[in-house]
Amino acid sequence: MVLTTEKPEVAPRGAASRPGAVKLPKKKRAAGWWLPFALIAPAIVFELLIHVIPMAVGIWMSFLKLTQFYIANWGAAPFVGLGNYQIALNFNGAQGQALLSSFVVTCGYTILVVGIAWALGMAAAVALQKTFRGRAIFRTMFLIPYAVPVFAGIITWKFMFQQNTGVINQILGALHLIDPNNPPFWLIGNNAFAAMVIVAIWKLWPFAFLMLMAGLQTINEDLYEAASLDGAKPFRQWRNITLPGLGAVNNVLLLVLFLWTFNDFNTPFILFGGAEPPAGDLVSFHIYNTSFITLNFGFGSAMSVLLLLFLMLVSAIYLAFINRRSRRA
Amino acid sequence: MKKRVLGVAAIFAAAALSLAGCSGSGGSSAGSTGGSGSITYWASNQGTSLQNDKDVLQPLLDKFTAQTGVKVNLEVIGWNDLQTRIQTAVTSGVGPDVVNIGNTWATSFQATGAFLPFDDSAMSAIGGADKFAATALSTGGAAGQTPTSVPLYGFAYGLYYNKAMFAAAGLTPPTTWEDLVADGKKLNDPAKGVWGTSIEAGSYTENNHFAFITSAQNGGSYFDGSGNPTFTQSQNVDGIARYLALMQTDKIADPADAQYSTGTESIANFAKGTAAMIFNQNNAEANLTADGMDPSQYGVVPIPAPAAGKPVASFIAGINLSVFKNTKNQDAALKFVNFMTSADTQSALGKPFSSIPVLKDATPTFTTDPAIATTFSTIYNNMSQPLPTVPLEASFETEVGNSMNTLFATVATGGSVSSSDIQNALNTAQEKVAASN
Repeated sequence: MVLTTEKPEVAPRGAASRPGAVKLPKKKRAAGWWLPFALIAPAIVFELLIHVIPMAVGIWMSFLKLTQFYIANWGAAPFVGLGNYQIALNFNGAQGQALLSSFVVTCGYTILVVGIAWALGMAAAVALQKTFRGRAIFRTMFLIPYAVPVFAGIITWKFMFQQNTGVINQILGALHLIDPNNPPFWLIGNNAFAAMVIVAIWKLWPFAFLMLMAGLQTINEDLYEAASLDGAKPFRQWRNITLPGLGAVNNVLLLVLFLWTFNDFNTPFILFGGAEPPAGDLVSFHIYNTSFITLNFGFGSAMSVLLLLFLMLVSAIYLAFINRRSRRA
Repeated sequence: MKKRVLGVAAIFAAAALSLAGCSGSGGSSAGSTGGSGSITYWASNQGTSLQNDKDVLQPLLDKFTAQTGVKVNLEVIGWNDLQTRIQTAVTSGVGPDVVNIGNTWATSFQATGAFLPFDDSAMSAIGGADKFAATALSTGGAAGQTPTSVPLYGFAYGLYYNKAMFAAAGLTPPTTWEDLVADGKKLNDPAKGVWGTSIEAGSYTENNHFAFITSAQNGGSYFDGSGNPTFTQSQNVDGIARYLALMQTDKIADPADAQYSTGTESIANFAKGTAAMIFNQNNAEANLTADGMDPSQYGVVPIPAPAAGKPVASFIAGINLSVFKNTKNQDAALKFVNFMTSADTQSALGKPFSSIPVLKDATPTFTTDPAIATTFSTIYNNMSQPLPTVPLEASFETEVGNSMNTLFATVATGGSVSSSDIQNALNTAQEKVAASN
């Protein structure tokens, strides 16, 4: 008895005060066993409330004909099974065709934006890797687009892209790159795609820069010294030291950039003011515009679920690929 | 022991906090639907800013509280958010008691069943249907059904023309669409950056309004009697072609107009004198004055129809008031609707919000120019048709308006749009509307 009371960290807590505790330690659960569960419960409750339940509701909605006639009384909405999905995936129909073209635009947009934003971020991070006078100024400058509120930044671009009054056509005209009497439109027609890509890259690359710059701090300087003694040129150093050293950062960074860009809503919404040209019709915005504005939540949910499935599929393939590679290495 | 007590206390504290969080949000939403003696009112943005709306409305709400003892919690909501906020309120059942809606949404929202129908008893509680102008009241919901909204502010389109420019060219304001185009060509001087007209060709809502107005002038319609879309009618195609022609073949609108979407760019051009005419609703005066153009410098006439067309000059634009069916304070809500649509309140709000009175025989206060006031009252009461009062109206507005944006973009970027292109665009829009409903 003396021993058990003197070793409270071994014996179940509070056991000492209970007579007969020594005889029943195996049958009874340790006192306070519920504490970890109780501590984790709020997190689980909120995870359910904030993530899981809304997602489940969204999936359930996609099987309903949840139009304006039923949104005030969901219970009455007729079950249509895969009807909404059939409309979305019928590529001969007008809605399916529009969704497909929006999907293609979004894929092109994502590849360009992620690729260029990553390359710019990498170039800037490597350029600022060595200490030199004024490095802090460059670092700050490069991060400005990330610090500017999204709305303000994109609205400014919208002004700059105006055909008749925008500064971009004025500069291009002054450089004799365009005909000043017939300047191109940037916010309507096919150029809208280029305008949207430029704005998105401007908005996104500082994040890539920031992450890669942080990653570079973890690479040992000695490696570069040794490599240059062996005669490795900067590109070789980058390929054989920097890139592998940033592997873990890149894995996460590319995935995050992909998901953010594919789901981008703000850029087209602010740039095109709620009415996107076909060349700027990103999928999130397309879903918003063809369903929520017109009060057809069931159809919107079906398209959202398709988007979710696609993103999950891409993410899963990507992660499987990454994991296999890192296991091999 | 002490640790354990602390642990338990921490859990209770956390639980209490999270419960407080729940009840906090629940409490405030319950509060927003009003206990006895208070109601919540969502107002749309009618003034120059959200704050301006509050400044205009608050003294009136105080007056209402003094009269009835009912406190009104006011929230002014911008146009970008209003529709989504109302949808959320309808979907969740948690919302305000009284809300402003764009009157073109009336039928779409009526279909949700979330709004209180203004049946005979509700109507008499707000002073009777007779007090409203017939035109205004026709926007309250689908024809033949009990309306779920009543008119609050009225608006109508007119053709604003620059008096000095017309006088210099020896022209009188146009009375037919053909005149309008001929005048525009005379006033056009692209070398100097002066155009016959300026249009918001990148705004899908305005484009949709003109798809409707030009079609109505041709005697067409976008829906048949049973509410099915008839987008591809030749009258609709011709109407859109006529409006597109302003930029494409008549060339009296700057191709740069295709990127205008805020509703203020064409007004600014008109004030600057770089556009001789604009199509605008009657609330342009505040913007024109701010841009430096005095009301004496311009006149307003109805937007003309083609010589062989019908005299439709506008759709019945405006803001309606609705009461949520699940309000806990229906009496107070109806009293408030009665107050907002009373002659005194209407005349007090007409000037700051530039609205046409929705009451029978009321005197317009939205402008100081009696000629303009008369013109707009005539247009509103005698030359306007409601946008289709069918539940698919919201889809119609989005799809047809967006198709026209794309057509204008094609014209502006040097392409050409034929009647069959318009037909195809309308066909796609109609398929989309049909497929997703």
